[in-house]
Amino acid sequence: MVNYTLTPLGDHAIVIELGNEITLATHNLVQSVVAFLDQHPFDWVTEYIPAFTTVTIFYNPLLVLPKTNQTTSASPYEHAVNQLKPYLDNLEENYSEVGRTVEIPVCYGGELGPDLPYVADYHNLSEEQIVDLHSKGNYLVYMIGFAPGFPYIGGMLEALATPRKDNPRLKIPSGSVGIAGNQTGVYPIETPGGWQLIGRTPLPLFKPESESPTLLKTGDVIRFKPITKQEFDSYKEDEA
Amino acid sequence: MIYVKKPGLLSTLQDQGRIGYQKHGVIMSGVMDPVSPRIANLLVGNSEHEVVLEITMLGPTLVFEQNTIIALCGGDLSPRIDDSPIKQWSPIFVKKGSTLTLGQAQQGCRVYLAVAGGFQVPEVMGSKSTYLRAGIGGFKGRALQAQDNLSIGTPSPIIETKIKELEEQTTNDERFLEMKWYVASEFAAPFQSNSLHPIRIIKGREYDLFTQESQQSLFSESFTISSQSDRMGYRLEGSTLTLNKEISLKSEAVAFGTIQVPSNGQPILLMADRQTTGGYPKIAQVATVDLPVLAQMKPGTTITFEEISLEKAQKLFLERESNLQQLAQGIHLKSIQEGFQ
Repeated sequence: MVNYTLTPLGDHAIVIELGNEITLATHNLVQSVVAFLDQHPFDWVTEYIPAFTTVTIFYNPLLVLPKTNQTTSASPYEHAVNQLKPYLDNLEENYSEVGRTVEIPVCYGGELGPDLPYVADYHNLSEEQIVDLHSKGNYLVYMIGFAPGFPYIGGMLEALATPRKDNPRLKIPSGSVGIAGNQTGVYPIETPGGWQLIGRTPLPLFKPESESPTLLKTGDVIRFKPITKQEFDSYKEDEA
Repeated sequence: MIYVKKPGLLSTLQDQGRIGYQKHGVIMSGVMDPVSPRIANLLVGNSEHEVVLEITMLGPTLVFEQNTIIALCGGDLSPRIDDSPIKQWSPIFVKKGSTLTLGQAQQGCRVYLAVAGGFQVPEVMGSKSTYLRAGIGGFKGRALQAQDNLSIGTPSPIIETKIKELEEQTTNDERFLEMKWYVASEFAAPFQSNSLHPIRIIKGREYDLFTQESQQSLFSESFTISSQSDRMGYRLEGSTLTLNKEISLKSEAVAFGTIQVPSNGQPILLMADRQTTGGYPKIAQVATVDLPVLAQMKPGTTITFEEISLEKAQKLFLERESNLQQLAQGIHLKSIQEGFQ
């Protein structure tokens, strides 16, 4: 049986905590709860947010109460917990489904990756070596947050870890691929930020008009594929 | 059509928010005060979830280029039509060519303008709310600017008939017509007043990790809403809240009303445009029923907090929803039986 705890997040949400550490095993448990919620939706669940070690369920207290007995003494929270428990008690640590693999083409360095020389210097490596190491990593999307489709990913080589910039940029163009500490990631929309920018992808990570508005989902496996500036430019033209 | 002569400080189209996309990192957005706009919509015969104009602190000047019925609920920004003060919390028939002016917030911070038929803007991910940072939803993904033209949707057949009737009843000189009835002040009062009753909060997931002193300060001291506050969150200034020991939390979901404490010890109260996830310890969570009061507080306002149990908070929420349901039936009957007179 899996250890989990349930705690309220205010009067409209429940946090299911499935572990204390960011591990693949905990990630798999998070994914099995997500799979359950996708397949067996309760009509009182309005949405859910998976994270590193938790899945938070948002619910409507009006809908969770039994329709025949609105005067029940139990609170909506208790009703929700009672409905979730039987499932969570039977949760098993056998989720091993491998997520989709998403290839992200990246044009490294130059004007699109202005901090690549800094990162190379910092590690006493050549720019080519940094690109090689970065595009060889096995990346897993542990969670999405901060911005639409912004991936919190694991799997960057420690050898690439680089401190944030002292002076954050006011505008980081969307598609920028960066490193901050031991994290790497891609900015889906233009934001201010302190990441070291090593490249840019022409792929839109956030497509508000599309049926699936974000490119990346929790559980996806990411591969970064180096492309040339010409390939980057021609991709842009294809899009337009 | 409504022509925007002056945009005001921050006027954005909002509905009840973008639901179901937070797992993709897409924020909910939506109205800051979740109740006043529902009532404004009911007053003009819309569904309570229809998109409204959220007007903040300093209002716009709007010229109506067609006859319509409007309602203003929420804070008091001294609304006037062609220089005559008008009532809030009541339907108002507005004639083509009239100008609605809103001034500085006298009471509260935000007022909601509903028009019969709603505003005609495309839905993005199931909502018409403006998501300013991503530049999507609402009117071209942004706040109103001078010279914008806002299209009005088609009202229900009943309301459309009323609008025609009212047009015939009014003389050429009359620019607008106020209805004699309005929403009882018990509904309006909590949203209009800046009365300093405590905001009720439920202890948060990390409450126990704070020092005993900080836990006490949260309930005994007052906090001031800083000028660095916006739709994303209110920064609170007051006692420094500290943890027993430094810990590193894993980012997880946050909600409307979450009070999180970054390392400087000054709490941040998350509002409509909050990020979906956060990594700061959550000391408390505002009861849903008190969010409208909070949304009407201006920067500079002093807040005090009072503990409420989860059970009590949910009970009050259910009561509020049942009151709103009764109000909705009341308004419906009033507009059918007595018309808009």
